[in-house]
Amino acid sequence: MEAMLEVRDLDKNYGATEILKDVNVSAEPGGFLVLVGPSGCGKSTLLNCIAGLESISSGSIHIDGRDMTHVSPKDRNIAMVFQSYALYPTMSVAGNITFGMKVRGVDAATRASKLQDVARQLQIEQLLDRRPSQLSGGQRQRVAMGRALVRDPQLFLFDEPLSNLDAKLRVEMRLEIKKLHHDLGATMVYVTHDQIEAMTLATKIVVLKDGVVQQTGSPAEIYRRPANLFVADFMGSPAMNLIPARASREGSGTRIQIERADGAPVELIDTGNGDLPEDVILGLRPEDIAEAGFRSGHHVHEVKCLIDMVEPAGADTFVVSRLGGKQVTARLHSDTMARPGSTLDLVFDLDRVSYFAPDTGERLN
Amino acid sequence: MAEPTSISFLPSRAGDVALRWLLFAVLALFALFYLMPLFVMITTSLKSLDEIRTGSLIALPERVTFEAWSTAWSSACSGIQCEGLRPYFWNSVALTVPAVALSTLLGAVNGYVIAQWRFRGANLIFSLMLFGCFIPFQVVLLPMARTLGFMGVAGTIPGLVLVHVIYGIGFTTLFFRNYYVTIPVELVKAAKVDGAGFFRIFWSIFMPLSLPILMVTVIWQFTQIWNDFLFGVSFSQAGTQPVTVALNNIVNSTTGVKEYNVNMAAAIIAAFPTLFVYAVAGKYFIRGLTAGSVKG
Ligand SMILES: Nc1ncnc2c1ncn2[C@@H]1O[C@H](COP(=O)(O)OP(=O)(O)OP(=O)(O)O)[C@@H](O)[C@H]1O
Ligand SMILES: [Mg+2]
Repeated sequence: MEAMLEVRDLDKNYGATEILKDVNVSAEPGGFLVLVGPSGCGKSTLLNCIAGLESISSGSIHIDGRDMTHVSPKDRNIAMVFQSYALYPTMSVAGNITFGMKVRGVDAATRASKLQDVARQLQIEQLLDRRPSQLSGGQRQRVAMGRALVRDPQLFLFDEPLSNLDAKLRVEMRLEIKKLHHDLGATMVYVTHDQIEAMTLATKIVVLKDGVVQQTGSPAEIYRRPANLFVADFMGSPAMNLIPARASREGSGTRIQIERADGAPVELIDTGNGDLPEDVILGLRPEDIAEAGFRSGHHVHEVKCLIDMVEPAGADTFVVSRLGGKQVTARLHSDTMARPGSTLDLVFDLDRVSYFAPDTGERLN
Repeated sequence: MAEPTSISFLPSRAGDVALRWLLFAVLALFALFYLMPLFVMITTSLKSLDEIRTGSLIALPERVTFEAWSTAWSSACSGIQCEGLRPYFWNSVALTVPAVALSTLLGAVNGYVIAQWRFRGANLIFSLMLFGCFIPFQVVLLPMARTLGFMGVAGTIPGLVLVHVIYGIGFTTLFFRNYYVTIPVELVKAAKVDGAGFFRIFWSIFMPLSLPILMVTVIWQFTQIWNDFLFGVSFSQAGTQPVTVALNNIVNSTTGVKEYNVNMAAAIIAAFPTLFVYAVAGKYFIRGLTAGSVKG
């Protein structure tokens, strides 16, 4: 299947500063590609390059098989929703949505009928005569979406469209965008720094840091098998536990030793992963550490841990212990008997373990 | 738009009340002091010459007469001609209106380009334009005279319009640029994706946003150009002089007695348009000076 969007070897410099370095990204038709990364990593810049709003220093951009590298934004068959919505302040909602069609010389009857369609779809029919300043944040967001939808483009570009909304509305709109994507079957590129948004919406995630792609993959891949320490730490909440450990060979597997301040080192036997270097960082998601008795499997290891903190969070309770000089968080049932200061038997599920090299941060298994 | 916050006094004690009245009294005194010359001008212009000679400067006119006004308007003498301010007043109108319109429009486009289409060297150009605001006019008189001569518009009203447009652009660009930098660049980006080009974005999106700063610029330019004397006296000839130059000639004409009432009336007539513009658009002026970012 030919990619709808293909960014090849893209570099972007502002003067001497390199903002994007050798970025390769592609999105399949109907796919939902999420660009995620910390603030300032170049997400908006990349999106602007795809839209043609920023020139690129080298590389190429193809949309639907056509080389769009030097094509102006209006001819790229894209629509974009901006972080600040960028609604035209002096135009009514209807004016905002139809401005693009007016510029393109679409006749009034078509404009009106398309406007009605989009307004119905987004449930903003009663707002059409208002100015942007008379709308709430959520309503502005919808209008910005409407302006994009009405173009019926091949490719939608979203730049953190939900970041200005409150938490509840954000969850609602997230669902709505997901539904919209499903209904339209269009290809979408979506920028966010919220990893939960990334996980819930994406069919494919690209993790960026300092203008360099760290990993590309499905949400499950990114979550289960992060390519390096940065991705491991960035994706997931609470973050993956990253515990310094020593590995030594044990048959065809590995013996893992984790220091702890208040007792003998923890020893785990991993029956796989035979060729690890001596120093590793062991990564385990909080949900891969459970209370003894709640998890079975031949890769499960029981460890007695001193509990420092207990944080009930509704459905789950997080308990924090200390291993290898790091805080280690486990996600337990809400009815756990764990109490701060007491010890608890926790089990580590090494089926889900990740190993990273401490110096390069790269994944080892 | 935020209303200016008012200082509220809580008259909880008699001392506070007294203090407040004292403050008002002082303010009123200053206002009176400031308005005194205007008062004298208006009353004097309504008196006859006899009354001026015999009466007190600050006395109200015993018999109100508009004779001085009609003289000033249509028959006061400057040098050899005795046709009043009227032709020169219309010269000023014919010169100020296009000069204000052109310099404002150019400033708007310049400001829009510099603030929103950041091209290489935009800041340098902006700095140079700012520099242009602070060049003393005397410095450019001779080169400008030569230029107007080359262009064949020396001594004409179009020539004066050109001069004022050129020297207005620095300020008008500054005004618009500072207004437009507060508008998020994403607005232009959105319009570009919508397919709009440079001028379409300017007319459809930026111009409708610009009313406050447009008012500021128009008032500023109107005041500058209408009140200008130096360029008017340097680059005009008999028949194309603006009202400020004519006023000067009337007041300084040495023949006969000094007609103070006519002089006062002429001065008020010459100043009237700027007062009028400020009265009509002044509220936008104040708003425009404080308005900045566009919310929503
Ligand atoms: N016009 C510019 N000139 C120079 N540097 C710029 C310019 N625009 C952006 N940058 C830099 O490029 C980097 C990436 O910016 P970008 O806006 O793409 O970040 P982002 O990932 O979208 O961040 P955020 O999540 O905060 O929106 C930043 O370090 C920024 O300072
Ligand atoms: Mg951004």
